Amino acid sequence: MKPLLQAGHRGCAGCCDAIAAKFTLMAAGEDCIVVSPTGCLEVMTTPYPESSWNVPFIHSLFENNAAVASGIEAALKAKGEFGNTKIIAMGGDGATLDIGMRSISGAFERGHDFTYVCIDNEAYMNTGVQRSGATPFAASTTTSPAGKVSFGNIRPKKNMPAIMVAHGSPYVTTTSIGYPKDMIRKVKKAVDVEGPTYVHAHSPCTTGWGFDTSKTIEVAKLAVETCLWPLYEMEDGELTKAKKIKNPKPVEDYLKMQRRFKHLFTMEGGDEMIKKIQALADANIEKFGLQ
Amino acid sequence: MKRNFEDDKKNMVVVEGSYAVADAVKACRPNVISAYPITPQTHIVEDLSQFIADGEIPNCEYLNVESEFSAISALVGSSAAGARSYSATTSQGLELMHEVLFNVAGMRLPVVMTVVNRAVSAPINIWNDQQDSISQRDTGWIQLHAEDTQEAADMTAQAFKIAEDPDVMLPVLACMDGFILSHVYEPVILLDEDLVAEYLPAFEPEFKLDPKNPKTFGAFADPHSYTEFRYLQQQAMNKALKTIEDAADEFYDLFGRHYGGLIDTYETEDADIILMAMGSIVGTIKDVVDKLRAQGVKVGVLKVRSFRPFPAEAIKNAIKGAKVIVALDKNISLGLNEGALFTETKGSLYNTNVNIPIIGFMIGHGGRDIPMSTMEAIVDEAKKVIDSGITVESQFTDLKEELL
Repeated sequence: MKPLLQAGHRGCAGCCDAIAAKFTLMAAGEDCIVVSPTGCLEVMTTPYPESSWNVPFIHSLFENNAAVASGIEAALKAKGEFGNTKIIAMGGDGATLDIGMRSISGAFERGHDFTYVCIDNEAYMNTGVQRSGATPFAASTTTSPAGKVSFGNIRPKKNMPAIMVAHGSPYVTTTSIGYPKDMIRKVKKAVDVEGPTYVHAHSPCTTGWGFDTSKTIEVAKLAVETCLWPLYEMEDGELTKAKKIKNPKPVEDYLKMQRRFKHLFTMEGGDEMIKKIQALADANIEKFGLQ
Repeated sequence: MKRNFEDDKKNMVVVEGSYAVADAVKACRPNVISAYPITPQTHIVEDLSQFIADGEIPNCEYLNVESEFSAISALVGSSAAGARSYSATTSQGLELMHEVLFNVAGMRLPVVMTVVNRAVSAPINIWNDQQDSISQRDTGWIQLHAEDTQEAADMTAQAFKIAEDPDVMLPVLACMDGFILSHVYEPVILLDEDLVAEYLPAFEPEFKLDPKNPKTFGAFADPHSYTEFRYLQQQAMNKALKTIEDAADEFYDLFGRHYGGLIDTYETEDADIILMAMGSIVGTIKDVVDKLRAQGVKVGVLKVRSFRPFPAEAIKNAIKGAKVIVALDKNISLGLNEGALFTETKGSLYNTNVNIPIIGFMIGHGGRDIPMSTMEAIVDEAKKVIDSGITVESQFTDLKEELL
């Protein structure tokens, strides 16, 4: 079978978007329609007149991804062409948690049969690493920079999966591109479950986070191994599965690999910030029963 | 097929303008309707919702979306997936859609949307003027204006016909004045679904989202190719000039009703004074023309049906024998102190061999009533221009000095 996301796109070496899109399509198969908002994924895969997509693909705007997907679903249903076609909206964290929030909320409330995959690389990477609602606590971005009187972003990540659970979605899950089998299994499940389903894929960005292009998967794994990014599944509002982490690594192992947290190791008081981040990981262990 | 159109008159029913439009939408067999309620568009979407609830629109999904932004965004997806797609909105809702309107047009998706024209905030005002649709002038949508409820209903079918023409493939705003047309009860002939099926064949786009034949929609275009996309949109607008005329003519052949194509004229042949306008105000002007003609004033009215594409040539030909042109605008470009119809008519006549004085009046903002006496006073101003030239080029009408 030909790859559904063709090689030759303009993604960076070690690009998380390309990995996430590839896994998503491996799960969904060729009978799908991909909807993507403005962002890295769309830009790097569709420079006219070229396209990397061997499945039907549509990009409209930044903040309307889920609405466009809902229209496609309605069209196929109205024309009796829905069949087994999977409709997959794939967007970054900015397009999902921030500017596209209204559109995704409406589409989930209306109950369209589609899957939303959030490729969360924790900032606006396409425009040069500006803070988003998904940027983690104490990360330095270009609009929440660390400085003489700042440790960077002062707020924790918005809990998007919980918001989607609150919409009554039958299947909400977190995953990570560091765990291909986990991601492919979950996307497959998401597209097979009827109704609006949500997959939140933690996706380290080599340029935005500041690590070597060979380390994307390693960084992704460390987020999970430190329990900063728990992998869990919510079915009909209930926590049904969470990946156990027997011996969680200290968060420093994850933080020190990334330029965006470098200031925590150099600034006075940085150790206190790291303790707070460790507390976030510990809270995840407690909340999701990771041990 | 020859039909006895006189029979239609026996079938006239008294319905609200909104119902006539909703019924026309139904007759056009849309696949996806996506809308957000807003005064004075509400009755159209309520009527459509009832049709859906009663199973009267087969093969159609109605999306109750959470905003106008998503209403029109959903139609990006549905139209790209090959569905005949419809929405209706007004004023603030249309302004909220602004970004998506460019996108729909740029992607060459033949969506049809009724705009029930209303003033824009602030101050908030739910009554009629045309600032909302005029503000969408450069979005790449064809923009048509109806004079009465029958035309608004019939224009819906014409709009789909124009939009889906393979030479055009552009979205259409079908505009009707808020309340004045949307909420008035008048006798109309509801569209016969079989005739509409004959007039408007099924929507079969050349390209659509289809897993069996994967295509990419909405690719980004860099400086190497962006210009050509814009040029092709303009070419499509040029082609639409003929398509709009053809759609009106074909409609006449099947239904026996005609409202003009790009423009329509009334008593303009020998007129010294020609009033230009769009929408329901044209009906008032016709009454004024009748009254003044009886008094020997050589006055006529030019109705502009198509604001985009702007029918510069048709307008020039219609007015070239007049001594003065008056453009009436229910909108204003603030900072220029002109309405759009005035500015554009003046601009399109410049550099031509037609050199007729033209003056503009901005009128009916926020639903301000336009009595015949106001129109007569405007004609008096036009007479002065014939006698002694232009003193005021463009001005507000019926200003209440005591409120200033």
